[in-house]
Amino acid sequence: MPVVRDELLRLESTHDIVAVRHEVRAWAAALGLNLVDQTKIVTAASELARNALVYGGGGTACLQALEEGIRKGLRLTFEDRGPGIADIALAMTDGYTSSGGLGLGLSGAKRLVNEFEIRSTPGEGTRVTITRWK
Amino acid sequence: MADGSNTTRAASARIAQVLEQDQDALLQDWVAAQLSAHSARGAVSAGDLRAQCREFLSLLARAAASGSGDVDTSAWSGVREFLANLSRSRAQYGFSPSETAIFVFSLKEPLFKRLRTAAGSDADVFVDDVSASTRMLDSLGLYTTEIFLRSRESLIERQQQDMLELSTPVVSLWDGILALPMIGTLDSARTQVVMETLLQRIVDSGAGIAIVDITGVPTVDTLTAQHLLKTVTAARLMGAECIISGIRPAIAQTIVHLGVDLGGVTTKASLADALRLAFQKTGRSVVRATPNGGNGTTKSASTTSPTGE
Amino acid sequence: MGRFLLVTIQVDMHDRLAMTLQSDLTDRIVQTGARGVLLDISGLDIVDSFMGRMIANIASMSRILDAETVVVGMQPAVAITLVELGLTLPGVQTALNVERGMMLLRRATADSGEDEEIEEAMHYRDGDASSPG
Repeated sequence: MPVVRDELLRLESTHDIVAVRHEVRAWAAALGLNLVDQTKIVTAASELARNALVYGGGGTACLQALEEGIRKGLRLTFEDRGPGIADIALAMTDGYTSSGGLGLGLSGAKRLVNEFEIRSTPGEGTRVTITRWK
Repeated sequence: MADGSNTTRAASARIAQVLEQDQDALLQDWVAAQLSAHSARGAVSAGDLRAQCREFLSLLARAAASGSGDVDTSAWSGVREFLANLSRSRAQYGFSPSETAIFVFSLKEPLFKRLRTAAGSDADVFVDDVSASTRMLDSLGLYTTEIFLRSRESLIERQQQDMLELSTPVVSLWDGILALPMIGTLDSARTQVVMETLLQRIVDSGAGIAIVDITGVPTVDTLTAQHLLKTVTAARLMGAECIISGIRPAIAQTIVHLGVDLGGVTTKASLADALRLAFQKTGRSVVRATPNGGNGTTKSASTTSPTGE
Repeated sequence: MGRFLLVTIQVDMHDRLAMTLQSDLTDRIVQTGARGVLLDISGLDIVDSFMGRMIANIASMSRILDAETVVVGMQPAVAITLVELGLTLPGVQTALNVERGMMLLRRATADSGEDEEIEEAMHYRDGDASSPG
């Protein structure tokens, strides 16, 4: 899975969420995704960045442009050192929320991308990786 | 590269020399070979072909002179670029892959002839030169084929996109009422494109109602049904309403069997019924004009004349 | 005499601005006695669940203050994404554009008998809030 370009962004404040949206939009456009697919991945990024910030206490967003043969893609990894998620399956169900919000972040984000991977250890943190292929 | 690297370098140098010195004669033979093989196909004039060949020969000479026999290295980038452009343009003009690759391969014989002359009686040198030049030209010939195929593929992709857009016309049926008659089988990709087009048209035309007619769709699978539903929901989110019409009995059965919940989506058996409903929702009614202009029955709601707009 | 408030939101709304918008709006509704709110999101190319919550909140708050909210101008790509996300904004009325939104609001506030006009316009763009005095 050759990474042809990567960038690490910090997630410390809500301004950073805006910055992440901008960057992801630019990378998605550069990848040649159509408008709807761009919108989907930027929205997913916004959801996950917000999770890392609000539930994870802050973290990082890593953007990677991929080239696998003739296939091109965009991979985003959101990582935090927060409390982690004890029951991932539960967190992934629609409507689940721990803070009175609409709680659609994880399961919703999953539907917006091609690949979705989540790893979380209570007490250590959470890492979510999403990929969209062109 | 094994022990051959010195040999290759020497061979490359000799090849470069032949390409420089005998360029005109070489050019002549090479162009003639292509023209006689009808590889130029009339789409490239003899004059243009000559110019192309001349440019290629000088690029080739320069690359060979660098001493590297590996066409993937940077010394050969000029040659590759030239061939890529040639390949792409031939793909566009409808040449076949062979007709394009023959540009490179037909250089072999004229080149070998001159290498032989240059080698004189030294058979070893001749063999080395032929091996080296064969490797080079084979790689380059294959390279043109690869670029050609990639080019064809992206052309086909573009044509498919165009066809997709042409085959899903969104029609303005009346003020504020759009219709999307869908024909043929709906695969996931097509449905998505169609739906995006419809939603954009809704915005552009400010239409409050869109009728999606699937009379011409023989079967609907789960994915398609879900896409239709998503489109209706998206339209609603945007502030417009969708009516699905033309659902055949078979499709109705499929939808139920698949467990797709149409909840809340308005459906009508025919496009005509859907239009009638759309008129109702937009406060219109259709009234028959009386033959002698006398007192016919008129509804109190605003009337729409069939020819008015 | 009622009024409609037109609130235009453009891109990059971050949390503090979102809270500002909500409190500004509720203040205005009370000050002006507005009967309707038009929330113009035609400039938004992204609506995530946070924004969705905010929109739903605005509608709820306005309703409590006896004003109807209509969200107008949602972009197709945004609508498609929201549907995929599962965000359907229940209880929020929508219209294609400001004009149709006005029609909706007029029908909803028909008891006033007046021709409602848009009296106030509030613009929120790129980090700063600005509204006429």
